[in-house]
Amino acid sequence: MDPLSWGEIIVRILYQFLPVWLSMFVVFTASITFKRKLGLYGRIFDSTVGMIGFALVTFWVFTAFYASAFDLIATHDPLVQASGMKNKKPGIPLREAAKGAYAYYLLGGDNLARDVFSRMVHGSAIVLSIAPLATLFGYVVGVTLGLPAGYFGGRLDTILSFLANLILAFPVILLFYLLVTPEIIATGIPMYMAAVFFIFPLVFITVLLNSRYKVLPHIRTPLLAVVLTIGIWIYFSTISESGRGTFVDFWPNALDLFNIPGGVLVVFISVVFVNSPTIFRIIRGLTMDVKSRDYVAAAQTRGETPWYIMLWEILPNVRGPLIVDFCLRIGYATILLGTLGFFGLGLPPESPDWGSTINDGRKLLSVYLHPALTPAFSLLSLVLGLNLLADGLREESLRD
Amino acid sequence: MGMFILKRLGVMALTALGLTLIVFYMTNLYPNLEKLAKTQGNFRMSETEVSTWLNNRGYTRPLLVKYGEWLGVLPGYVIEGTDGEVRARCAPQGQSVEDAPEYCGVFQGGWGYSSVFKEPASDIMWKRLSLTGFLMLCALLLTIPVALLIGILAGMREGSKTDRTLSTFSIVTSATPEYVSGVVLIAIFASSAVGLKWFKGSATKAMESPDFENFTLPVLTIALFSIGYIARMTRASMTEVMTAQYIRTARLKGVSFGNIVLKHALRNALIAPFTVIILQIPYLLTGVVITETLFNYKGFGWLLVQAAGNNDIDMLLGVSVVSVIIVLATQLISDIGYVYLNPRIRIS
Repeated sequence: MDPLSWGEIIVRILYQFLPVWLSMFVVFTASITFKRKLGLYGRIFDSTVGMIGFALVTFWVFTAFYASAFDLIATHDPLVQASGMKNKKPGIPLREAAKGAYAYYLLGGDNLARDVFSRMVHGSAIVLSIAPLATLFGYVVGVTLGLPAGYFGGRLDTILSFLANLILAFPVILLFYLLVTPEIIATGIPMYMAAVFFIFPLVFITVLLNSRYKVLPHIRTPLLAVVLTIGIWIYFSTISESGRGTFVDFWPNALDLFNIPGGVLVVFISVVFVNSPTIFRIIRGLTMDVKSRDYVAAAQTRGETPWYIMLWEILPNVRGPLIVDFCLRIGYATILLGTLGFFGLGLPPESPDWGSTINDGRKLLSVYLHPALTPAFSLLSLVLGLNLLADGLREESLRD
Repeated sequence: MGMFILKRLGVMALTALGLTLIVFYMTNLYPNLEKLAKTQGNFRMSETEVSTWLNNRGYTRPLLVKYGEWLGVLPGYVIEGTDGEVRARCAPQGQSVEDAPEYCGVFQGGWGYSSVFKEPASDIMWKRLSLTGFLMLCALLLTIPVALLIGILAGMREGSKTDRTLSTFSIVTSATPEYVSGVVLIAIFASSAVGLKWFKGSATKAMESPDFENFTLPVLTIALFSIGYIARMTRASMTEVMTAQYIRTARLKGVSFGNIVLKHALRNALIAPFTVIILQIPYLLTGVVITETLFNYKGFGWLLVQAAGNNDIDMLLGVSVVSVIIVLATQLISDIGYVYLNPRIRIS
């Protein structure tokens, strides 16, 4: 078989992404048709910048979804090596393709003869399963600590702010090197940190519901009981790992819902750890700004509890800047993940995530471009999409 | 103002203490010490050999005692090892134990001894820091004028074609982390696959003789991200100023557009970017680590990676102290500068 020309490669790649195009088409038509009824989300479709950003983000979200859930899009297994495909240029046919297997390496092979295209597609699944969730966790930590720091002020604020500034004074890479080495993982420190960080969502949800339904005990008690049971179950499933000898050994295996691979958990925790002080500072600043407003004073006069005021009066009113920052921060988390991969920290070396593949590809960059450039442009387009989406949201939320 | 600076310096010292204590704790965890023993001694040491090695060198004593020695508030250890040799903290290899001073911590100006480079930590640090200082200086000299120019040109006529082009450029560069822009720049300008080969993809030679060929790409890589970010901040501040009342008044009085921008708008528009630029320096430090690794330029960032990767305790502590001083000093400068530049705050 002959190698594919660039035109053929592009057509074949576009065809591989067919499920993504269809889904994006459905999402965009539905959203544009009903955009007046969809609030802030609908208003993204009033700004070109926001739409471009949203398109880039949804492209990668659907790619990650179809690749990991249905094994579509990718042409090969991201970890399997094919003989004779080492560092081959894009569009080279496989030497002895098995029956039913895809006959080409669409974007060439890397230095271990794996398919660059499939690695990029599966890399998106890793990036998009860690970055948004880590940002969300960072937000939960930042909100749970930042609201009281800004609202009460005083000594609590001084201590928390000092701790936040302490973490922020670390160069990010030094922090990663201190947290994400095999030796530190052996001491179990990341597991302890995970145990601490994963408590925050539990606390947050409990306080959120309790402050809302405190006056209605017949709703609150069963609600909290159900939510806490599920929450604690998930908490211990996350923390405990069978056979890994972590400090949570008492949790029975039968109740262990899932195990997160060790490397992923450490990476996740360190991204949360790096992000949360900045989020804390943003929320603290916004709270201090808003707490002197009349509606807060009104709630205080009504005799509402401090947590009710913080979570149900202040937080919804500062959501505008937070939504914008959330988009930007997912982008930043993606960059951090890439940095970890670039230094070969955390995730296993054969992992197809974009940072690790860039690190792999850069060693032979002066001769073979495709193994490094493919993940580099993928990462760039996702972060750019998130930034554009944030810009569009900011523009639209400032309009009124 | 004096009180304010004093207070900030106090917080700085406290932060530096807290930070070094954390680094000290992390590097002195047993698996890390074990790794240190194995890289320094030999890789086939048994468990007991490792612990004797560590005992003889005082690594297994309580953390706070070791930290006090490093600070210089406690006298350095003198231990007669199980192998009969007497070792003292203040007498590094080759020096006799009797001549060694009693205290040799940071307060006495002793930064310890690098276990990887076999040299006093401070010597290495100065050498690497000056290399990185030069790199950062070049990057800043490129970043600041370019970023301000882009920001002002884009912000003076909001929504114009120039604004859209320049804003697109700055949003793309600020979405590009250094390891992406570096890879792309090397691919375009240095690889044999594209064939331009204008510059070199490695900056190893630039440490002795930096020239246009081997130094452009690292400087550009560091600068690009900051250019985008600072330009966006400048643009935002410029558009805000351009809609202010006094600009409208000047325009109605018939002042020319060039005069309005240069004499009326610019001075107010540059206050915000000043803070951004100063606060960008610590971020540059992170960028420097990536860029130096990518281009194999052996500066401060490279040193950080080496020290952290090999658990070189003294070196890592020195590096952290220097970084925390850079971070906190830039914060202080930006706060003071902001007060001086902004008459509304200065006078009240």
